[in-house]
Amino acid sequence: MLMTMLSLFVTFVGIGAVAFGGGYAMLPLFERMIVDTHGWLTMTEFLDMLAIAQVTPGPISINSATFIGFQINSVIGAAIATTGLVLVPVILVSLISTNAERFKKSTFAQGIFVGLRPAFVGLIFASVYSVAFDAYVDVYSVLLFIVLFVLLKVFKMHPIFVIFISAIAGYIIYI
Amino acid sequence: MQISLWKLFISFLKIGAFTFGGGYAMIPLFEREFVHRYKYIKEEDFTDILVICQSLPGVIAVNFAVYIGMTLRGKKGAFVSGFGMILPSFVIIMTIAAFLYRFVEHEAVVAVFQGVRVAVVVLIFSAGLKFLKQNFHFRGIFLAFLTFTLIAIVYVHPFFVIGLLGVLGYLIHIISGVSHHADDNA
Repeated sequence: MLMTMLSLFVTFVGIGAVAFGGGYAMLPLFERMIVDTHGWLTMTEFLDMLAIAQVTPGPISINSATFIGFQINSVIGAAIATTGLVLVPVILVSLISTNAERFKKSTFAQGIFVGLRPAFVGLIFASVYSVAFDAYVDVYSVLLFIVLFVLLKVFKMHPIFVIFISAIAGYIIYI
Repeated sequence: MQISLWKLFISFLKIGAFTFGGGYAMIPLFEREFVHRYKYIKEEDFTDILVICQSLPGVIAVNFAVYIGMTLRGKKGAFVSGFGMILPSFVIIMTIAAFLYRFVEHEAVVAVFQGVRVAVVVLIFSAGLKFLKQNFHFRGIFLAFLTFTLIAIVYVHPFFVIGLLGVLGYLIHIISGVSHHADDNA
């Protein structure tokens, strides 16, 4: 168990240190490390975890880290994963908040973002690509995708309601 | 007047506990609380802080909390703010995770999650489209497509791809010079 806890901590420190672009851009990292490398969750459990992380308040990546850590070793696992995730960024923020002017003018910080900003787009679509295989099991799920997308984008429905409707639809279709 | 550590903690706890939809949904609430309501931060500084927090790795909402805490009350402030931001998520998720697996075999729960999984993909897809719109120029699309192909098709580890894109961006930036910035700041 000690080795698992250590590996949980190292994994989340690593994700936190390179996770530019917020919650959604982190998903491929989460998926590769949690599902593929360590097998802590199956792909289906990973998707269910994401659903829970979205319908509950708070940052999605904190919700995910807490959930994954809790699955592995209860409260201690949750604390280790969440602390690990924020460790490097929190240190960086504390250092930079007192040197904000220098950071803003730094060519290095501006430069890497020329590459990282488009990378977020690629990262997010890479998540869509891999989770889609698990979510789209039949023609109903494809139809449901179209309906939900229209509700979200055209009717500007709040994401929470979109998830709520998908839950009702799931119940009606699959029970 | 200096903000008390307790008030700082409660402000972030409140936002963490009641904002649905992740970190981006919290930005207007941060602004209302710290710029308009308490006037601890000037409007133009708020935008700068936001840009810096988004430029660093990690959880944007936590970065923001720590930044504000550090600016207003030093290390102690940074700690109570970050802790306040994380605490609600931590408690809520553990409560749900503890109960969830008792019901997970139930056929109604299985059916509901089958539907919800579709919604999750819709939400991620739409976040991707939003970022794509902000990078809708030849170089942006090319780099996005390169990232996607390397991770999803060639199956390179995202750690390496993020590193590679950072280096590529830096090289493009120093070669193309300052004049090409405008299109990146969308």
